[in-house]
Amino acid sequence: MESCLLLDAGSGGRASQRLVKQCFLQQFANPLLERMDDAALLADLKGALAMSTDSYTVTPLFFAGGSIGSLAVHGTVNDVSMLGARPRYLSCGFILEEGLPLETLEQVVADMAVASRKANVPIVTGDTKVVPRGACDKMFINTTGIGEIFTANPPSGHNARPGDAVLVSGAVGDHGLTIMGSREGLSFLTDVATDSAPLNHMVAEILAAVGDVHVLRDPTRGGLATTLTEIAEQSQVGIELDETSIPVHEAVRNGCSFLGLDPLYLANEGKCICILPEAKAADALAAMRRSPYGQEAVCVGRVVAGRPQVTLRTRIGGQRLLGMLEGAQLPRIC
Amino acid sequence: MHSEKAYQDPDLCRALLQRLKNTLDGRSLRFMEVCGTHTVAIFQSGLRSLLPTEVTHLSGPGCPVCVTHDAEVAAFLDLAERDSLILATFGDLLRVPGPGGRSLKHAKAMGARVEMVYSPLDALRLAMAHPGDMVVFLGIGFETTAPAVAATLRTARERGIGNFCVFSLHKLVPPALRTLLEDTENNIEAFLLPGHVSTILGVEPYAFLAQEYHVPGVIGGFEPADILLALCRMAECLQKPSVVNAYPRAVDNAGNSRARALLEEVFQPSDALWRGLGRIAQSGLALRPQYADMDAVQRLGISLPHVPPLPGCRCGDVLKGRIAPPQCPLFAKKCTPSEPVGPCMVSTEGSCAAYYKYTER
Repeated sequence: MESCLLLDAGSGGRASQRLVKQCFLQQFANPLLERMDDAALLADLKGALAMSTDSYTVTPLFFAGGSIGSLAVHGTVNDVSMLGARPRYLSCGFILEEGLPLETLEQVVADMAVASRKANVPIVTGDTKVVPRGACDKMFINTTGIGEIFTANPPSGHNARPGDAVLVSGAVGDHGLTIMGSREGLSFLTDVATDSAPLNHMVAEILAAVGDVHVLRDPTRGGLATTLTEIAEQSQVGIELDETSIPVHEAVRNGCSFLGLDPLYLANEGKCICILPEAKAADALAAMRRSPYGQEAVCVGRVVAGRPQVTLRTRIGGQRLLGMLEGAQLPRIC
Repeated sequence: MHSEKAYQDPDLCRALLQRLKNTLDGRSLRFMEVCGTHTVAIFQSGLRSLLPTEVTHLSGPGCPVCVTHDAEVAAFLDLAERDSLILATFGDLLRVPGPGGRSLKHAKAMGARVEMVYSPLDALRLAMAHPGDMVVFLGIGFETTAPAVAATLRTARERGIGNFCVFSLHKLVPPALRTLLEDTENNIEAFLLPGHVSTILGVEPYAFLAQEYHVPGVIGGFEPADILLALCRMAECLQKPSVVNAYPRAVDNAGNSRARALLEEVFQPSDALWRGLGRIAQSGLALRPQYADMDAVQRLGISLPHVPPLPGCRCGDVLKGRIAPPQCPLFAKKCTPSEPVGPCMVSTEGSCAAYYKYTER
């Protein structure tokens, strides 16, 4: 095979077949995919289903702790999980730029395969397109996930109730700062890595331990502050957070302080917010902490009756509003 | 950086708040900060909600994006539309609306080559990667940002890179402070002086505040305790105004002479247009004649067009501390962070954006 992708590889002919066989089938190895039919036959799904799709365009393709490949699996697995569902199958679509080094593609696919095995959610159908140079930036990936809902009342952003506790499964801001650091070559950000991780097992643990919860959300783009503001608006409740209890890794705090960023607005890819009645909080936290991805889980605040907004009690005892992120966060210039 | 945490200590802050109250002893204090990082720090830390009622916080012309004049915005928007040219800029400028609601973001979507960079050196790298195009860096910012631009120009000269130039819109802080004080209607009783700018300037360039205008100026850091300490020092010298360095762990009284020498080598003071403050003599930085070939103004023949003020926008009065953002009739109605009318709503460091983001309405 060529050392870089040619337009032929997306033609649907022999060249496409070679790419699919050598690159995807080998790595994703599972009987449903290997049938190579036009669609995957999913014969064993039961009950209500959850379905989610997401496209991944992150630049650079590789960053500390992950790549676009692992992200494309974790992101969709997590979105499906947040509905109180057990993700079962993934699809993936690749849009590849002509001239992409094959080695790069292989590395990304290998990362996807590892992530899919770790999450125990196979990739059962896929598609590849190669577009002329300049028509996309190296590689875009779309994944769609389908899962079985296993709770009587699926969690939703509309279900937060006054008196609920707000839990977070760990430190916030790692992913956002990592991407910004590797994108801009900020060499002083040596101690940060993405938190990208599959949360499906943790969600199953939480639901097994405490039964139904009111809200599950993963605070990805816009970070904790934007996601909680969305929830406050959807549920028409107030949310009060305590700044001292929100976990932020030292390196992230320092990097943010240097760049003038707010970690509460930075993306996460391996964290979930869980909002549930106060009485269940301790058990849910214990369940989160049993997961390798929930070791730093804590309660960060509470839901109150009142205006649909998020207020933060700051470290020094002051108060401020946390709004929604407007556009991208930019490092300060002065 | 680890020690910074000590300056967020709630007990220390409480003690400083008490000291501030005691010192003021019922007297009012109307202070202005002139640094976007201070604006954000005061809101973000929740400090604003804790300040005694006697203290009025004004947010002055300290955000580089906000003070960029309409005519300057119009000029770089025109520039973006020229062929064979790449405009390299800090991200904040992308969203600044110019005449007719145009912005660099729109220009980019319509095909203009606008690249967001994080440092002037990135812009120089861009020039090296595109030898067939002219890369123009939009130099905005105060004394803190300008030395890096000067260093980049010197590097470009040393490496003989011919397709790089700078459109210098840099501004100097002390002349703006003087202009603010000349207009007694602004009623500013004291300045919280910018920590970052002061690392370059030191203390002396502010001496005129106390000597000529009898207004105290205190250089402050950015953690809550830093700011509170600066306010305490301010309150303490209201009777006998002086200029005080309350941020000695970062600011040397003599400033940074190497950075100033670099500025001196590449730039010379020039008159500049400020939003809200108008033309201020010797408040900008123009490239020296020996750098004329890298001066976008000369090389590309840029002139600042006459631009009528944005209708209804009161950013100018906000920057002078005459009104608080919510007093502008457009605030949170026609002017929001998603659809900013004036630049004080665009930059995260702008006072309107900070009011919008952090305070209840």
